[in-house]
Amino acid sequence: MRPTFVNVGERTNVTGSAKFKKLIIEGDYTDALSVARQQVDAGASIIDVNMDEGLLDSQLAMTTFLNLIAAEPDIARVPLMIDSSKWDVIEAGLRCVQGKTIVNSISMKEGEDKFREQARACLRYGAAVVVMAFDEQGQADTASRKVEICTRAYRILTEEVGFPPEDIIFDPNIFAVATGIEDHDNYAVDFIEATREIKRTLPFARVSGGVSNVSFSFRGNEPVRRAIHGVFLYHAIAAGMDLGIVNAGDLPVYDDIPLELREAVEDVILNRPRRDPALSNTERLVDLAPKYKGGKSEVRGPDLAWRAGSVAERLSHALVHGLTDFIEADVEEARIAAERPLHVIEGPLMDGMNVVGDLFGAGKMFLPQVVKSARVMKQAVAWLMPFMEAEKAGKPREQAGRILMATVKGDVHDIGKNIVGVVLQCNNYEVIDLGVMVPAARILDEALAHNVDIIGLSGLITPSLDEMVYVAAEMERRGFKIPLLIGGATTSKTHTAVKIQPGYPSGSTTYVLDASRAVGVVSNLLSKTERDRFMAETRADYDKVRDQFARGQGTRARASLADARANGLQLDWTQYQPPQPSFTGTRTFKAYDLAELAEHIDWTPFFSSWELHGPYPDILQDEVVGEAARDLYRDARIMLDKIISEKWFEARAVVGFWPANALGDDVIVYTDESRTTELTRLHTLRQQMPKSQAQADGGRANMALSDFIAPVGAQPDWIGGFAVTAGHGESDIAERFKAAGDDYSAIMAAALADRLAEAFAEAMHRKARTELWGYAPNEDFDLKFMIGEHYQGIRPAAGYPAQPDHTEKAEIFRILDATEATGIALTESFAMTPPSSVSGLYFSHPESHYFGVGRIEKDQVEDYARRKGWDLPTAERWLAPILNYTPG
Amino acid sequence: MTRKDRIATLKAISRQKVLVLDGSWGVMIQKRGLDESDYRGDRFVDHEGQLKGNNDLLCLTRPDIISDLHDAYYAAGADISETNTFSATTIAQADYNLQDAVRDINLAGARLARQAADRWTAKEPNKPRFVAGSIGPLNKMLSMSSDVNDPGARLVTFEEVYQAYREQMIALNEGGVDLYLIETITDTLNCKAAIKAILDLEDEGFEPLPIWISGTITDRSGRTLSGQTVEAFWNSVKHARPFAIGLNCALGAELMRPHIAELARVADTLVSAYPNAGLPNAMGEYDEEPHQTGHELHEWAASGLVNILGGCCGTTPDHISHVARAVEGLKPRQIPDRPRAMRLAGLEPFELV
Repeated sequence: MRPTFVNVGERTNVTGSAKFKKLIIEGDYTDALSVARQQVDAGASIIDVNMDEGLLDSQLAMTTFLNLIAAEPDIARVPLMIDSSKWDVIEAGLRCVQGKTIVNSISMKEGEDKFREQARACLRYGAAVVVMAFDEQGQADTASRKVEICTRAYRILTEEVGFPPEDIIFDPNIFAVATGIEDHDNYAVDFIEATREIKRTLPFARVSGGVSNVSFSFRGNEPVRRAIHGVFLYHAIAAGMDLGIVNAGDLPVYDDIPLELREAVEDVILNRPRRDPALSNTERLVDLAPKYKGGKSEVRGPDLAWRAGSVAERLSHALVHGLTDFIEADVEEARIAAERPLHVIEGPLMDGMNVVGDLFGAGKMFLPQVVKSARVMKQAVAWLMPFMEAEKAGKPREQAGRILMATVKGDVHDIGKNIVGVVLQCNNYEVIDLGVMVPAARILDEALAHNVDIIGLSGLITPSLDEMVYVAAEMERRGFKIPLLIGGATTSKTHTAVKIQPGYPSGSTTYVLDASRAVGVVSNLLSKTERDRFMAETRADYDKVRDQFARGQGTRARASLADARANGLQLDWTQYQPPQPSFTGTRTFKAYDLAELAEHIDWTPFFSSWELHGPYPDILQDEVVGEAARDLYRDARIMLDKIISEKWFEARAVVGFWPANALGDDVIVYTDESRTTELTRLHTLRQQMPKSQAQADGGRANMALSDFIAPVGAQPDWIGGFAVTAGHGESDIAERFKAAGDDYSAIMAAALADRLAEAFAEAMHRKARTELWGYAPNEDFDLKFMIGEHYQGIRPAAGYPAQPDHTEKAEIFRILDATEATGIALTESFAMTPPSSVSGLYFSHPESHYFGVGRIEKDQVEDYARRKGWDLPTAERWLAPILNYTPG
Repeated sequence: MTRKDRIATLKAISRQKVLVLDGSWGVMIQKRGLDESDYRGDRFVDHEGQLKGNNDLLCLTRPDIISDLHDAYYAAGADISETNTFSATTIAQADYNLQDAVRDINLAGARLARQAADRWTAKEPNKPRFVAGSIGPLNKMLSMSSDVNDPGARLVTFEEVYQAYREQMIALNEGGVDLYLIETITDTLNCKAAIKAILDLEDEGFEPLPIWISGTITDRSGRTLSGQTVEAFWNSVKHARPFAIGLNCALGAELMRPHIAELARVADTLVSAYPNAGLPNAMGEYDEEPHQTGHELHEWAASGLVNILGGCCGTTPDHISHVARAVEGLKPRQIPDRPRAMRLAGLEPFELV
């Protein structure tokens, strides 16, 4: 973390803390150490140690305390500031500290020679220095004297001593104001103005000061002192003050000071013309002060304690906690304080996002929180944009790298891709998102046009795998060298290693499991030092995966199609009469009640889509992710209520039933009960894994979906089909959120649309079972029961394990006339658009169940090609993910 | 060639190639199977207590062996060989009650190395050889307590450590080394005392020599024994403006790599690495084969992580010969241009940008 205003803890200072002084004088170093620890815990980035007290052997106290700190890793982790007005005490301290410290302070009060000598010693001990604006004539009080002394000191240090300018910190003396002495009225202004000038004219030098001096006149009235500190720091930091010696646990903040008090303090600090002819600014504040001499609670509410930090801390807090309430005011404050609006992005905002990135990397923040952080960031940037555009000299922001992302041609799914995009943006990568259904040629043209560093491809359905292989081959052909990333639900390391990487030998191809891995992979690929190693490791790893795959190919025995068919599921159709649906043909449902669907939502996959894994509702109480899950769930419920009440989406469905009988591994669908005219023929695939025992001996069958339908001539049977969508309106909503910089809500809306579509599929299935097909009219409604699939009948979808061939959707859609009825269209890869759609078949048999076809042999592929009217290469292409052999 | 010319040459070569340092001395000396009388020679015949194991003493009592080892490493392709003076400080030699011999050990150690280097440079003028004066850690540390019941206790003071290093450095400088190598640093404060001693010597008119600093990450925690991260360590010693900064000992190449990569990222000077030959086996011996070391370090150089490579515990001339061949013709690491910023350190780094 790189704070822009550094808190130096002041409590381990015998001159500033009576409590600490007492502990040291009494030799209670154990409790003295806990004071130091509290400062670090409270956020001090550096701790100041001062033992200047007449009753003490200051050298010995300094040595003892610093040696003890060295044994306390939770204190020693931060740098120390060795604070004394006596050089021998400082040197004793320098001889005890292994880290790089700050010496506080040296000055020209004893002349230039002494100053040079001490500065040279600091350099040899490897310490930065605080230089006080103090010379032979005394401490500088006016702005011009402060600047003059600091400038002289800077020249001596950088030109004569060879001191690195970045290790010089000036302390232009903070003196008490409101003392009643008119000469003191301008002291705060003098400091602020000197700070501004030092920062402007002395490159790389820093400015620090002991803040509590300024409010010395109000000893005993802590709330007013805090208000004075708050106002003073507000203006001094804006002028360029970098460090402050403060009580790190009790930082005041400008915005939380009651207006009346703040104005009175501000008049004093800024030495404004008096408002009241009868009272000076000091007198006004003195009159007002008793009114505010209360507890801390009068000054600020407990929930807003974080508002007490510096603006950088507040921005960081807002980013980490995803809070947008104050973001514009805070960004504006930072903008005013910054030299250029761009610096706000590159400074405090990126610092905050780095914290987010680190916490996410360390597993202390979770995806939904990170996406919320991104929303805060976008709003902050949006506020700054007009100022950056106004500033003509504005050069583009420096990015860590540029990544082009696309969902490949034929595929419409983009939740995962959007999440990866947001996470990358959070880590300062520029993301060019081409959206969904992007053809290879356009991906590569845009990659060249934008000179991107990496291309990332995403896809959810299996045909997208082939498209990715094609994109990789095209990259090779067109001479690309940049890394290629592969992600999405059906992608895998094995597929990437076996099919994609070999097609693109000129570049590095990496499979990215989920969004949390994306940043690590990208930063490795773009790191000058890590890149070669990472690429070599990936290649070596994928070579191994390929070898394993090749070895596995040989050993994975399959049963012949004939044997598999002979071992098909043998249902006794003589004892069973399939139920008849209440109608045949199709029925359409429009504007289905979203409130009813919301009740059917299975939340577990919703959390998974945000990379929070675990069953709902237990996940809400999870020790690690529980908080993130609860926040996410609350936001989801709020949006769900809006989706319902404001009708964001329209849910439409079509359901159909037809007379049907099985013929081998196909299902013949008839136009009517006469069962003479074929409406279509649905094709199914059969498991070919070897089953060792015969079914009669308790062995298991080689399943195909057609086994659940009565064969031709056995019994009349029926099959159902359905297509549902909750996605109409989804892309408009998502676009609207994205345009407003709110990716969190955009992704949330898409994720909820997906869940509503799944819930809709469940609801329609229940309606089919209890009503439309009606074979289970008395089924209980129990969500847990339903998700556990403890009901009769199944609704398998094409493209999923029980029927991996996506092209079957075309026939289902045709007989349902689904596009006309519901507005769902199929892409060339048979993905459904809008993406929040579900389609499939209904089977009613009590023995019907879900299964996976697994890998199939060439004999079945040839047979399937014949049944589908394809040539062999076409079949092999559509069935590529499940082939048990490498096509010739 | 004067020493000034040699240093200029060394700096010029360091921009063109990956320099090679020698390997371990302990294991090579061990292989000779020396006995107590070898260590004593004539000079220490009557010295009280055992001297066997005090390898630095061999500079005085078996200079032939030390010369042989320098020759073996230069022959293996090392550009730089270290003096056999790792423990030649008054504090370390106090264990043998040999404080009075410290100056002679360092002078002899520096001269033996100097003579060997000059012989090889004369023989192979295209490949000049250099001598690094080895300045090891002390057995007493300034940041760590010597007493579990008193975390503030220290066995030595900064002034004592400073004096001990100062005496060693004066003798090494006078004996003719080309650079100071403060190595195997387990406590950064000891190292800072050494740095201050060197910088102060320059004020007294001693010829300024390049400083090479090599710390030790003790285990997988990625920290020095005194608790610092690599970046904090660098922030704490960079005021020495060292010729090179690096890591050595404790880890083999595989475990050292991430820390070298980190150092390569943050240090705006040359980066060196001389890992052990893997981790010791149950018998305390190192099993990593020369070609394995060569292979690992080749990758570091090829990845642009390092400017100087060599070996520490368990490595032999054979290892160094493999390393030298593995890095031949490879470009040295480019020194990164880091933005100016105040960079401080406790156990962890702090940066104010």
